[in-house]
Amino acid sequence: MLVTLRVRRFNPETDLEPRFQEYTVDVPEHFTVLDALITIRERIDGTLAFRYSCRMAICGACGMRINGLAGLACKTALRSALNDGTVTLEPMGNMPVAKDLVVNMEPFWHHLRTVRPYIEPHPARIGPQNEYRISPELVDELSEVVRCIMCGACFSDCTVDEIDINFLGPAALARAGWLVRDPRDSRAADRLRELSKPHGIWDCTRCFFCVQVCPKDVKPMEQILRLRRLAVEAGITDNNGARHTQAFVDSVKETGWLDEFTLVPKSWGWNPVALLPELPTAVRMLVRKRAPSPVHPRQPGVDEVRNLFEKTERKRSVKDDA
Amino acid sequence: MLRHDLLVVGAGGAGLRAALAAARSGVDVAILSKVHPLRSHTGAAEGGINAAFSEQDSWENHAYDTVRESDWLADQDAVEVLTREGPDAVYELDHMGAIFSRGPDGRFLLRPFGPEGIPRTVFAGDTTGHVVLQTLYQQVLKDRLRVYEEWLVLDLILEDGFCAGVLAYEIPTGTVHAVAARAVILATGGAGRLYASTTNAFICTGDGMAIALRNGIPLKDMEMVQFHPTTLPGSGILITEGARAEGGYLLNARGERFMGRYAPRMMEQAGRDVVCRAEQTEVDEGRGVNGCVLLDLRHLGEAKIMSRLAHTRELCVTFAGVDPVHEPVPVRPGAHYFMGGIHTDLVGRTTIPGLYAVGECACVSVHGANRLGGNSLLELLVFGRRVGENAAEFARNQKGVEISEARVRDAERELARIVSRSDGERWAALRDILGNTMSREMGIFRTGEGMRQCLAVIKELQERYKRVRLDDRGRVYNYDLVSAIELGFMLDVAEAVVVSGLARQESRGAHYRRDYPKRDDDNWLRHTVVHRDPLGNLHLDYLPVRITRWLPAARVY
Ligand SMILES: Cc1cc2nc3c(=O)[nH]c(=O)nc-3n(C[C@H](O)[C@H](O)[C@H](O)COP(=O)(O)OP(=O)(O)OC[C@H]3O[C@@H](n4cnc5c(N)ncnc54)[C@H](O)[C@@H]3O)c2cc1C
Ligand code: SF4
Ligand code: SF4
Ligand code: FES
Repeated sequence: MLVTLRVRRFNPETDLEPRFQEYTVDVPEHFTVLDALITIRERIDGTLAFRYSCRMAICGACGMRINGLAGLACKTALRSALNDGTVTLEPMGNMPVAKDLVVNMEPFWHHLRTVRPYIEPHPARIGPQNEYRISPELVDELSEVVRCIMCGACFSDCTVDEIDINFLGPAALARAGWLVRDPRDSRAADRLRELSKPHGIWDCTRCFFCVQVCPKDVKPMEQILRLRRLAVEAGITDNNGARHTQAFVDSVKETGWLDEFTLVPKSWGWNPVALLPELPTAVRMLVRKRAPSPVHPRQPGVDEVRNLFEKTERKRSVKDDA
Repeated sequence: MLRHDLLVVGAGGAGLRAALAAARSGVDVAILSKVHPLRSHTGAAEGGINAAFSEQDSWENHAYDTVRESDWLADQDAVEVLTREGPDAVYELDHMGAIFSRGPDGRFLLRPFGPEGIPRTVFAGDTTGHVVLQTLYQQVLKDRLRVYEEWLVLDLILEDGFCAGVLAYEIPTGTVHAVAARAVILATGGAGRLYASTTNAFICTGDGMAIALRNGIPLKDMEMVQFHPTTLPGSGILITEGARAEGGYLLNARGERFMGRYAPRMMEQAGRDVVCRAEQTEVDEGRGVNGCVLLDLRHLGEAKIMSRLAHTRELCVTFAGVDPVHEPVPVRPGAHYFMGGIHTDLVGRTTIPGLYAVGECACVSVHGANRLGGNSLLELLVFGRRVGENAAEFARNQKGVEISEARVRDAERELARIVSRSDGERWAALRDILGNTMSREMGIFRTGEGMRQCLAVIKELQERYKRVRLDDRGRVYNYDLVSAIELGFMLDVAEAVVVSGLARQESRGAHYRRDYPKRDDDNWLRHTVVHRDPLGNLHLDYLPVRITRWLPAARVY
């Protein structure tokens, strides 16, 4: 099968700008993207740099953008990635390119370290002689996060990290989501408080990209949403994100629709100093007649909405107890 | 100059466990690894970790199974350490945060082992190694240990007969460094890539073994290379033993469970060497399917496959295009594990004071001629800790030796020579010849004639290697150069494997010779020890096997 790999290349020693280079190779049908790249570096162009090790989707080394979306080269069948016989390969995003498809993952590791990704047992507690007792159900649940291979694909394509690199990002938050629920850890409440700070769980815009690109089906966004719920349940609501969600819920529950006028002050708190920076936006909105109306009448049928709320809340608490 | 009390070369399970133990006993430790720690090959281990956890079991049982499986070549005192300390080593990992599969009582779920079905193997689904590696790495972050990531160690620095540090090549910048230390632990893993078809990652190129050999440090039992019976054709990707432990069948082209003819009692659960030879015989006698046999899991049902073998299923679907829920999977033997390695004593000491080795690159001799599946991860934990503590103790009592910067300049000049060569062969071409020759002549079935030919090929490749040419002349991430350096290591290890195998005129465990098909305890119940003299010639010596309790008996399945 004749295929063309369009590879974004950059050599810091010789190039000012990245450039694309095309390689056309004849490879067997069953090849993965990684197999094709290895063929190139071994037979055609030994200067092409990319990371790989296990070739079985477990070491996390071969993350790159394949046709614009981050993924593992070794897990992607070449055939499935071809558009008119061509596949485009670029380095992952949100991390500086070191050479060709190799990125410097330090921003990713930095965030991982920030969430203290290790068990911290209570210093005074003496563990069991043998293993801790953990229910098989919890093990199954946690395994969803444990299987993260730290490939960086989610971080590469996270839309919030793209505009604010300080956002802890999907993988680090998912990992924190495991530790918060691990019975061997003693810092659940502290962790939730730390994660509720700016750049934490409330900064995710739920764009879904991390869920889409994750090669191990970790579903980071869902882990983040779970953390939000755990934080609110733990009473950690003294932050914009939690207040924003609560304001949203309150408004719809009370009136049947969203009161956009009070959403911002309710999220930021009724604090003139905190609100001041938002004033220019409010004025601009007024001028352009885009400002929401301060009058917020109840919609007909609001009782039904409230009913729905109560039902789902009840259901959720039953599920949480189980 | 960079300086630490203790350097650990390698960040797989063995290296990380050793580094943690050493750091926790109070010395300044740094880890060097040619890849980020989480990319190490330990993460690929699937099946599980053995230890005598259950009431029905005992360390003696586990030890006996290990010794029998080793075809009596394992040192029984080492096996005793491994199996006695086994359960605690795993509990310790649980306390560090490992998530192993649990039963309804919240305790470890254990996979049954062997024909008696004693529950002995703790696992985390089928990604046990991943959990081990992640857990240890998390502890490394917790302890804030210094890790030199993507530093390729080129050589040891020996001064006055002591190990005084290492020479390393920083892959991101192309800089050579001398790193001084009072003690060094090699934990560089195996060398599966010597073979064309292997379960091992691309980075498993035997670097530590080669570095030891080049410094005159002996390697032990290098001819003992384990093949794994169930690997996917083409990629060599491993399908875990767990698949057969959970009840999978092996079928030939006629649909027969052929193991019945080779191991009537243990069937698919017989020793790895036995199953590999059975598969190869089926294929050679025309009962294979495109050079493979079939692994049939269909009767286990989708639910069991999904809960116990989810990763395995993903591997089959992604890399073989076969869904084991609905179809049998073609499998064949592939090079898997090096039982041999750098010769050490029970605390990891080599023949050079200050130099230690642990993990797959070492041979403390718990695996003998054939490793029991699930014992390697255990070895990393048990011996990783012992060796880490011992090396730390040594480092504490040692004065640092000055090392000369001249070594750095020599190494730089040597690398520059390789990089600047303008014509010659590509390393990949030589590596292919090596892999194919090793697979053909040093594989499951060996003969004196074949091994002699193999040795001649290796000698020739070593010459041709001196003229290898690179495409990449840069300094930043020059993986072309890294691969060429690795090939140099591989060729030296290969020579040691063949020389050791050629001399052993018997069949034992993984070393099976058609020209000497019987085990010969009178002459060969002993360890092969190979070392290189300063002129580059290999010499063989032999060491007795330490037998404390279990006298050699026939191995029947
Ligand atoms: C697919 C597969 C499945 C397995 N399943 C099991 C199982 O279920 N149970 C079991 O007990 N065993 C299993 N094994 C065996 C076991 O996983 C390995 O033997 C073990 O993980 C080796 O660990 P290690 O720490 O010695 O080396 P590795 O994990 O291979 O680590 C080697 C380290 O050394 C570094 N390194 C190497 N060379 C250099 C150099 N020149 N400079 C700097 N750093 C270097 C590497 O970067 C790496 O960090 C399996 C093996 C394979 C291949
Ligand atoms: S869902 Fe949230 S964490 Fe995931 S990519 Fe989008 S913004 Fe980032
Ligand atoms: S969550 Fe998924 S995409 Fe993100 S690092 Fe982990 S495995 Fe990779
Ligand atoms: S090479 Fe290891 S995940 Fe792709």
